[in-house]
Amino acid sequence: MNFNTLHTTHGRAIPFATGLKLARPELTVIVITGDGDAAAIGGNHLIHAARRNIDLTAVCFNNNIYGMTSGQYSPLTPKSKKAATAPYGNIENNFDLCRLVIAAGASYVARGTAYHVRSLIRLITRGIRHRGFAFIEALSPCPTYYGRINGLDSAISMLQWQKEHALDIKAASRKRPYELEDKIIIGELFNSEARGLNIPEFSQEYWNLIKRVKDK
Amino acid sequence: MRKKIGLTGDGAAAEAMRQIDPEVVAVYPITPQTEIVERFAEFVAEGLVQTELINVESEHSALSACCGSSMAGVRTMTCTSAQGLALMHEMLYIAAGNRLPIVMVNVNRTLSAPINIHNDQSDSLGSRDAGWIQLYCENPQEVYDTVIQAVRIAEDHQVMLPVMVCLDGFIVSHNMEPVELLDDGEVKEFIGEFKPRLNLLDTERPITAGNLTLPEYFFEHKYAQVYALEQSKEKIEEVGREFGDRFGRRYGLVEGYKLDDAEIAVITLGSMAGTARVAVDALRGEGIKAGLLKMRCYRPFPVQELAGALKNIRAAAVMEKAVSPGAPGPAVFSDIIAALYRQSVRINLISYVAGLGGRDVPVKSIHRVYEHLQKVAASGEPDRILNYLDLRGWE
Repeated sequence: MNFNTLHTTHGRAIPFATGLKLARPELTVIVITGDGDAAAIGGNHLIHAARRNIDLTAVCFNNNIYGMTSGQYSPLTPKSKKAATAPYGNIENNFDLCRLVIAAGASYVARGTAYHVRSLIRLITRGIRHRGFAFIEALSPCPTYYGRINGLDSAISMLQWQKEHALDIKAASRKRPYELEDKIIIGELFNSEARGLNIPEFSQEYWNLIKRVKDK
Repeated sequence: MRKKIGLTGDGAAAEAMRQIDPEVVAVYPITPQTEIVERFAEFVAEGLVQTELINVESEHSALSACCGSSMAGVRTMTCTSAQGLALMHEMLYIAAGNRLPIVMVNVNRTLSAPINIHNDQSDSLGSRDAGWIQLYCENPQEVYDTVIQAVRIAEDHQVMLPVMVCLDGFIVSHNMEPVELLDDGEVKEFIGEFKPRLNLLDTERPITAGNLTLPEYFFEHKYAQVYALEQSKEKIEEVGREFGDRFGRRYGLVEGYKLDDAEIAVITLGSMAGTARVAVDALRGEGIKAGLLKMRCYRPFPVQELAGALKNIRAAAVMEKAVSPGAPGPAVFSDIIAALYRQSVRINLISYVAGLGGRDVPVKSIHRVYEHLQKVAASGEPDRILNYLDLRGWE
């Protein structure tokens, strides 16, 4: 692989990447983030990157917990599930990050899991090739701080859970709503190009503006 | 009933918070503070405290929520570390400027970049001008005692300022030591009930807080805050004395160890004081008159107490775990120089920056500082004032 990496502060990967993309629009810029970042401390940045439809690819590894600080509940810890800060279960509602960024203006949105790894690779590849803000939610297991406390005590049982609960969007479209209640919909959830929509991309608009003003 | 149990520094802070039972705690997870909020979340879930625990989405929001609840007239606490404290920076000034008696436990960790989760004191020392009282703890027992005292200090009507209780990440926060816990009732009685001077929710006496103050009055408001912080020194001493009278462990602004007849001394804060004690004992065994001055209170700065304690020393070294890039010297060292100048005390003072990013500061390294001090004392002048302990490539 041939790329550079930039380790930013917690929550601010998208603003760093936004600056990078505007200064060097020819670069392919990928943001690696998690649920505690994208849905909490950096949540504001996520919706504004989506609103601008800037050509970044954000991959959010959603493990439903603050794993690195040893298991506090995050905005994506499912309701009623346990965490170090919710020993009797989480009572907060969740975000659906994919629906959130679609509503905010993202032009490519997909969800995959660690179990469906080949499909996930395909989704991320398409996201990188897509011109505009691409968001991929990748469900990833945290057996240590999420699984163990919630009755899934190994990485394998967590992958098994993903296998049993994930449903491709095409298959899901043939199901009735009640059949989808405990399911996670995976696949390409929104793609502006496939729908024939032309949503302006921010870094392109930015350079167009510079050119227009200079040419005056 | 009082009892002695094994607790980490984080555990000791959480136990103190359980006994204080504040109305509101707002927090966000960050290493190495997290163990405090985890334990406290359990106390909340088990109904051992009545606290409203708010798990927010960032540290900026944590301290914002604390400011709101403190203004509404209830006892409020939070805890954080490093990047969390940095993200709170804006709100630190809001809390102090609005005279909100919030108590924060800050588990000292270095600031990025490069990212590192280990201990130094660049986070809290970097926030020294935010207007908070800052108290540093040597071990878990001091953490427990200081958190309890902090509530009394902050809420005193002559003080009404936020207090930051600092403990070294991992070294104090994660190492277990015997801690004597007071009886729940004793703590309740010691801290008393919080009686806010002003209360945003008091509809009988409506007030507005934090509003626009233009050049005509801003300076006076700021000075009132500065004056209150300077005056809080007396209260910190008084509370530490009363704590000692009641419970047997007395606290002041600074603490000398074998300092009375000492010729050379190290001045430090936090866990390094514990290690330096071992070095002092060894040197005393060799007949060398070495001493130690521990700064417990860094803000307000104990100018007279510190200068008084050092006036007969021939050479002293300030050991601190932070740098002030581009400054004439690191923060604590520079403050001590200013304090000595103000009190017309002239001693040979050198600086040692140590332990950045969690580098261990063992007894043998502190011995080298004392060896350096012996040379300075013998020659009567420092060969080099700014020094870096155990730094590769520096000599």
